[in-house]
Amino acid sequence: MSTERRDPIARRARRVLIALLVAVTALIGALGAGVTFSDANWSPRLGLDLEGGTQFVLRPVTEGGQGVSSEQLEQARDIIVQRIDSQGTSGAEVTTQGNENIVVAMAGRPSAEQEDAIRASSQMQFRPVLATFVGSPQPEPTATESGASEGGEPESSGEGSSESPSASPGSSSPTSASRDRARVAPAEQSSPPQSEGSEGSEPAESASSSATPTEGEEGAGDSATSSAPQGGQAGADPFGWEPSGEPTSPTDPNNISKETYEKFVDLDCSAQSSQVPETNPDEAITACSEDGSLKYLLGPQVVAGSSITDAAAGYQTTPQGQITNTPEISLSFDSEATKTYSEVSSDLVALPNLGQTPANPPSSYNALATVLDGTVLVAPGFREAIPNGTASITGSFTIEEARALAQSLKFGALPLSFEVQSKADISPTLGSEQLRFGIIAGIVGLLLVVGYSIFQYRALALVTIGSMTVAFGLTYLAIALLSWGYNYRLDMAGVTGLIIAIGVTADSFIVYFERVRDELREGRNLRAAVEAGWERAKRTILVADGVNFIAAAVLYVLASSGVRGFAFTLGLTTLIDLAVFWFFTHPLLTLLARRKFFASGSPWSGFEVETLQQAGVRYRGRAQFDLPSERKPRAGVTSDGGAVL
Amino acid sequence: MSRIATFGNDLYTGRRSIDFVGRAKTWYAISAVILVVALLGFVVRGMNLGLEFTGGSEFRVATAGAPSDYTTRATDAVRETAGAGASANVSVIGGSTVRVQTEELTSDEVRAVTEDLAGQFDVQPAEVSASLIGPSWGESVSQQALRALVVFLALTAVLLALYFRAWKMALAALIALAHDMLITVGIYTWSGFEISPATVIGFLTVLGYSLYDTVVVFDKVRENTADAFETRRQTFAEAANLAVNQTLVRSINTTVIAVLPIIAVLVIGFARLGPGTLVDLSLALFVGMTVGAFSSVFIATPLLAQLRSRDRAVVELDEEAARYHERHPAQQSAPATVGAGTGSHAATGSERQSTPTRPREEAPADPDAPQTVTGRTVHKYAQAGPRNQPRRTPRSKR
Repeated sequence: MSTERRDPIARRARRVLIALLVAVTALIGALGAGVTFSDANWSPRLGLDLEGGTQFVLRPVTEGGQGVSSEQLEQARDIIVQRIDSQGTSGAEVTTQGNENIVVAMAGRPSAEQEDAIRASSQMQFRPVLATFVGSPQPEPTATESGASEGGEPESSGEGSSESPSASPGSSSPTSASRDRARVAPAEQSSPPQSEGSEGSEPAESASSSATPTEGEEGAGDSATSSAPQGGQAGADPFGWEPSGEPTSPTDPNNISKETYEKFVDLDCSAQSSQVPETNPDEAITACSEDGSLKYLLGPQVVAGSSITDAAAGYQTTPQGQITNTPEISLSFDSEATKTYSEVSSDLVALPNLGQTPANPPSSYNALATVLDGTVLVAPGFREAIPNGTASITGSFTIEEARALAQSLKFGALPLSFEVQSKADISPTLGSEQLRFGIIAGIVGLLLVVGYSIFQYRALALVTIGSMTVAFGLTYLAIALLSWGYNYRLDMAGVTGLIIAIGVTADSFIVYFERVRDELREGRNLRAAVEAGWERAKRTILVADGVNFIAAAVLYVLASSGVRGFAFTLGLTTLIDLAVFWFFTHPLLTLLARRKFFASGSPWSGFEVETLQQAGVRYRGRAQFDLPSERKPRAGVTSDGGAVL
Repeated sequence: MSRIATFGNDLYTGRRSIDFVGRAKTWYAISAVILVVALLGFVVRGMNLGLEFTGGSEFRVATAGAPSDYTTRATDAVRETAGAGASANVSVIGGSTVRVQTEELTSDEVRAVTEDLAGQFDVQPAEVSASLIGPSWGESVSQQALRALVVFLALTAVLLALYFRAWKMALAALIALAHDMLITVGIYTWSGFEISPATVIGFLTVLGYSLYDTVVVFDKVRENTADAFETRRQTFAEAANLAVNQTLVRSINTTVIAVLPIIAVLVIGFARLGPGTLVDLSLALFVGMTVGAFSSVFIATPLLAQLRSRDRAVVELDEEAARYHERHPAQQSAPATVGAGTGSHAATGSERQSTPTRPREEAPADPDAPQTVTGRTVHKYAQAGPRNQPRRTPRSKR
């Protein structure tokens, strides 16, 4: 023992082993902490094919049957996420795949309605607002004062009035007079004439600020919600409604049928629904704001979203070219829509603004909602007619919100339909059966490998088994941690990869042991042979694992999504194999080589020096050997040479 | 155990040697037969592309035990929804799971068939797995698989060229790779299994493994032939053959260990699971790894020796080595020269292995050569004595 203490190699080996132990303990600790304090789990999360569930692959296509850009794909993904959220499906995962597909994975099996709602086509439309109301039923809709006393009142929030969302001709507009007016002093700008429907006597900006909450930004959003009770005094149905005649224009409240109105009254934006969003451009529809705080009754479509040519967010610039810190969204339309938009805006601008309280009885208002997939993105009022097809929306949103909104306007503009590329409902029974037999196969495979290494390497197999155990533990930990931190899910392909990896891991031991044996054959003692063998095996293993890892990475990139898990676990285990080999197998063997049992070359040690050296070959280098003459082979001795074939 | 170790010793030192290079024609013939059988698979059975590529619907019903009239029941369930003309491909996999494959159905039809199947087999609808693959999805999966194959092969070729920096080595490795691929795909076709994305990734993995196997052997070949070029005592073919022999134990061990878990998966998978990711992948890997190990030993190296046998440097080396052997006829420690005379040698090599010294030893050309008591010639090193010590190269270069 005392000699070992003075042996620097052994000391280093022992230190490495201890470090590994510490690292593994730390990993276990991390996972344990995750389990205790967070939502981690001791067992890895399983993929759909093992756990059961449903997976759709949807491909969004535009009207012409074409694929979509990556931004549009993201937009489409958001739409799907929203739809699923509104259904209250928990634990669903929506991811994009490649540049054209959206993968929806959920536990359980959706009903036919849910499924239809998820893959209904989406369309952006501009529709006039005919009525608004608080998004969800108020439990106590009596407190008329409370709302006003909260800080959400338009006059109390300075920016609420000055930064109300209102569409005005954009900066590229050639009509300078009105543009200047709109840009220089939006807050002071005289409002369009107010009239009957509007309860507030505030100027237009503040009136339209009640439309602001549609974007869901904080300040004005609060004001809308808090002031909601004011308008909601009459409960869920403050205004009975019966159309008084045939509608004459999209802004005519007569577009609203009795049924639609009842639907509007019943609509609860906070409740989950699996309704397919209404998109019929000729009929009035109901819709919710993004945050669900407001519900809308919207007239027929006046402009289709597909006529948006561009939308961008930026800071408003004064005519002098100075950049203010007011975020704005500029929107441009194609030539055909320009005309319509101009007409609509001149019609709307003459109408009363939406009341500051959300309870607006069905009427015609100066507000044009942009509705995407049953959700109102924004519903600004007009300050003036917009003749040139370039509108600018300002409001109390931050630049980030403005950018997000511009993105939605730009990429949600095209009508999208979703093609079902593939769909799989996997029964949990079948999935768990697959997993069970996969695990059984893995264990049997492991035993076979262990058996073979005992046969080949006798006591050395202990090193193999030990290393395999450590590798297994590390892999398990890594997968559990990845499940927790990166939402990784172990699927059948991944399990297969793990089983295949048993062989890869064992291979590195074989390379090492064979190298050590080669060194023994050259007449070294075990200690020296282990060191020399390590030096040589190291390079081989690095190359081998490097090749494997690169192959796994390439496969991961190239493989179709269903079998990606295979490449992933293959790559992961390759890395772990390297770590185990470096930090466990080698130090362990170094220490064992100092044990008498191994060093003396016991026939059961796997390094039976006697046998290995009995060839008596003395290695001269360059694959040249000294063979004792009496041991020279007899011509034609074929003993077991043929057996290998 | 000791016999294996001794065997390993002997292979390592070249005392016992299997003539891989010399008997190239035999190996080629064997692999040609396998190749023909594999290729026949394409003709006879055709590529059986799975649902993921062609599009369609598949249902799997987890029953407690498949009833004997499962085909009728399943077909009825399908026809109820899809019309009387609809065809269904029904089979039982893994003993208790009924698999039904149909034409592509719509999402609603899939739902209806799922319920009908559940009714027919008296299970909960949740026990029925259903998958639906649209035609365009299948197309994109096929394209992806094809692209993966092309990219992987291109990468492999580049890697080979970079690694070996000798086009003949790269070519030999590439031929071995193509050989593995064709046999793997052919045998897979014979198995009647559908080719699924899992199979494709299996094939690609096989490419990687097979390439790696070849690289290990070629590495040693390069090392040994570099020695031969310096010492001028071995022909190129002898040096290459020694390399294969020296890596043989490793090749066998590696392959056995890699294949063992796969065999376990295959046996259990065949018995209990039926076609699926696990079995498809394992089958492709099993065939591919076995063939890959075979080809790196029996095809790649002999091919390399033949490709290089007409190189001027190799011809010169072979001549010098032959002269050396003539000067020291009884001292040969490596198998007889092969080089250009591959064919004739293969013809004479009727024994399973060509032990060192065979051809010339038999010739009584040099009766004066030093002999042991038993009448065998004294080894050249023993004969030449210490004066013959070669230079020792530094450790790092060995």
